[in-house]
Amino acid sequence: MIHASPPAPPLLSIEDLRVAFATRAGTVEALRGVSLAVAPGESLGLVGESGSGKSVTAFAAARLLDRAGRITGGRIRFRGQDVTRLSAADLRDAQGSAQGSAIGMIFQNPRAALNPIRPVGLQLADVLRANGHSRAAARDKALAALEAVRIRDAARRLDAYPHELSGGMCQRVMIALALAAEPALLIADEPTTGLDVTTQKTVMDLVARLTAERGMALILITHDLGLAAQYCSRIAVMEAGRLVEEGAPGALFSSPRHPYTARLVAASPTPTSTLADLTPGAPPPPAPARPNPPAGTPALLEVQGIGKRYGDAAAVEDVSFAMREGESLGLVGESGSGKSTLSRLICRLIDPSAGEILFEGGSIGAIPARDFHRSPLRRAIQIVFQDPDGSLNPRFSAFDSIAHPVRRLTELRGEALRRRVIESAGRAGLGADLLGRFPHQLSGGQKARVGIARAVAVRPRLLVLDEPTAALDVSVQAGVLRLLDDLRREDGLAFLFVSHDLNVVRMMCERTVVLQAGRVVEAGDSRDLFQAPRTAYTRELLAAIPHFRPGAAREPAEPVA
Amino acid sequence: MTTLAAGATLRHAAWILRGNPLTAVAAAGALILCLVAAFSPWLVPYDPVASDVSVALQPPSAAHWAGTDQLGRDLLSRIVAATRLDLAIALSAVLLSFAVGAVIGAVCGYAGGRLDRVVGRVVDVLMAFPLFVLAMALVAALGNRVENIVVATAIINLPFYVRFARAEVNVRREAGYVEAARAGGEGHLAVVLKFLLPNVLPAMAVQISLNLGWAILNAAGLSFIGLGVRPPTPEWGILVAEGARFITTGKWWLVAFPGLALMLAVLCFNLLGDGLRDILDPRMRT
Repeated sequence: MIHASPPAPPLLSIEDLRVAFATRAGTVEALRGVSLAVAPGESLGLVGESGSGKSVTAFAAARLLDRAGRITGGRIRFRGQDVTRLSAADLRDAQGSAQGSAIGMIFQNPRAALNPIRPVGLQLADVLRANGHSRAAARDKALAALEAVRIRDAARRLDAYPHELSGGMCQRVMIALALAAEPALLIADEPTTGLDVTTQKTVMDLVARLTAERGMALILITHDLGLAAQYCSRIAVMEAGRLVEEGAPGALFSSPRHPYTARLVAASPTPTSTLADLTPGAPPPPAPARPNPPAGTPALLEVQGIGKRYGDAAAVEDVSFAMREGESLGLVGESGSGKSTLSRLICRLIDPSAGEILFEGGSIGAIPARDFHRSPLRRAIQIVFQDPDGSLNPRFSAFDSIAHPVRRLTELRGEALRRRVIESAGRAGLGADLLGRFPHQLSGGQKARVGIARAVAVRPRLLVLDEPTAALDVSVQAGVLRLLDDLRREDGLAFLFVSHDLNVVRMMCERTVVLQAGRVVEAGDSRDLFQAPRTAYTRELLAAIPHFRPGAAREPAEPVA
Repeated sequence: MTTLAAGATLRHAAWILRGNPLTAVAAAGALILCLVAAFSPWLVPYDPVASDVSVALQPPSAAHWAGTDQLGRDLLSRIVAATRLDLAIALSAVLLSFAVGAVIGAVCGYAGGRLDRVVGRVVDVLMAFPLFVLAMALVAALGNRVENIVVATAIINLPFYVRFARAEVNVRREAGYVEAARAGGEGHLAVVLKFLLPNVLPAMAVQISLNLGWAILNAAGLSFIGLGVRPPTPEWGILVAEGARFITTGKWWLVAFPGLALMLAVLCFNLLGDGLRDILDPRMRT
């Protein structure tokens, strides 16, 4: 076949790429024929859910597949040269010497990607020297590189170790490292997962500005459609090792052609979506089973001036709020705002240093956390944890995990216990056939459902949800959110919903409390708070959420001031 | 369903052993050692303590594969008979320190604070002694008996288990399932014993195998210098000690064969431990 030479030859072109991984269970096809091209200076977003093959595609292009992975078909061309069979070192030699290195990468967990026992300045200098700079020049260049990624007081930070820097700063150092060799293509693999929204915004603005300034192409791998829409001019959607659709973000998200894209778009929370929008086709929510409490009934939960200090540092300071029976209250804030500490205080897993916790008018803050497991109210307050992996005992089957609190906190035994476990699992959307499985045999969404079934099995009155969907894919998240909302309405359960995802909190909660550095900065009705935030901090949080509006054209990323 | 699960477990073990042939050999060796220990009274060709001076100090032959000692006792029979005693001492010592160390370490790792610091320093002091000298002193002080060898060996092994359990529990104390267990109505002690220890034990089992070889060497060493087991009881350390007197006159087999048995036993358990560690945590592989 003869090609006419196109006007702008792509920087990277992938043709019908197939990658397989050798595992104990046999060969698993991770990519089943992926074709895509990136032009010089272009920004491509690669979106999809876990296991869709988006990272594998990028790793194959950067020649970073681990030993179990093998390219079984297709071609990768970089600047027109076939690099399919080259090692990472060969690629650097073939492409790097004359024109700077070929491909730079930013990884998901910046702290893990940096060498923990070497100052960041030296790590930068190592890369610079490997790219032909002298020892003397390398330090100056490293300083310039840190200044370019806008690290304040860069001269001092050169000698800092990764653990002395915050997550956002580590990611900036990673960016500086990736850019130090002046690559033609930057691959960012979930670069802001685990960072706060405001940090995410500064990091992504920085990446957008630097790649634009240097004419670098960018591949942004993300599960966040909003992020991809905001920072990429073209988006490719992947599902199960195939590229199902690509196009400009505006067109792609406003009128998706492929059903998978449509599902993904529908399941992604936006500033205006409701729970019903996320799960089209689901039956309408049951009517709330909340009895109208007679006047004078004490609040279900009342927190008065509560505080928790660790040594000299205050994790939570002087926080007060109240919740009615069956109410859903959102607790939002960035990492370090004290929202997890607060949820554990209310669950009586840790003791407060100050203040009072009242449950239906009775003080529970006075019962030490070490004895609270014997309190009759233990059953009334339950919690669902963030990490579905870590929150299940690896040695318990799903059945045992759910049965454990029932055995400890209720009188149910034998057949009655079994029925309760199966019923709770069923309400959490888990079939009885899955109950014999162990955590490693369950998917992330299934593990999250086991955690929910465990918490509702003892029929609590107040359920604390600590980032219950943070680790889940959006389509799974939509189902879990819907399930939680139904459970709340059916049982008249009160929710304390802790999350950093403001869109989710807005959908799930009637009222919202915003925390910053352990203190309440704003509280009020969710609708008012999200539409007309009163404090600068809440406004900043809301502005930092990456959003996509179906139908809206791409807004170019604003340069950092 | 249970047969299905058992089949899957066996297949899993087979898959792992194919990738670690040395571990399979070591496991087979350890199994043989245990069988020899269990059935030694029926395996020995001669009575291990019956002397017959007419055949004293004979080199290895068809009748006496490992030769005979100065009293004409069959050396092979004595080595085989010693297997039981040596393994029993090592195994009970290691299990004792494992049980005690795991509980102390787990409680310290979970509780933290002052208790953790005090126990940590005590363990440091224990480890600062030359361990063999400490074992000698303990046996000398407690009395020259087999039980005291077990206790002394257990005590000098204790710091490893305490530290190991402490570290493993410490990284898990913040795990979601620990907090979930507390929300599910468990107190702190129950969380440690019912939730944390079972999750730590597999990793500690590796330590058992590594320590077993070491404990065998320790018990033999104590007997070699005249502490603990006394002649004429067959024991590897004593056999080596007795044989050492004749090594200058060229009676090499008296030292070589008990020494070989000792070496093979230690090697088997160490290789098995290394292999188990690789299987449980492939990142540790060098």
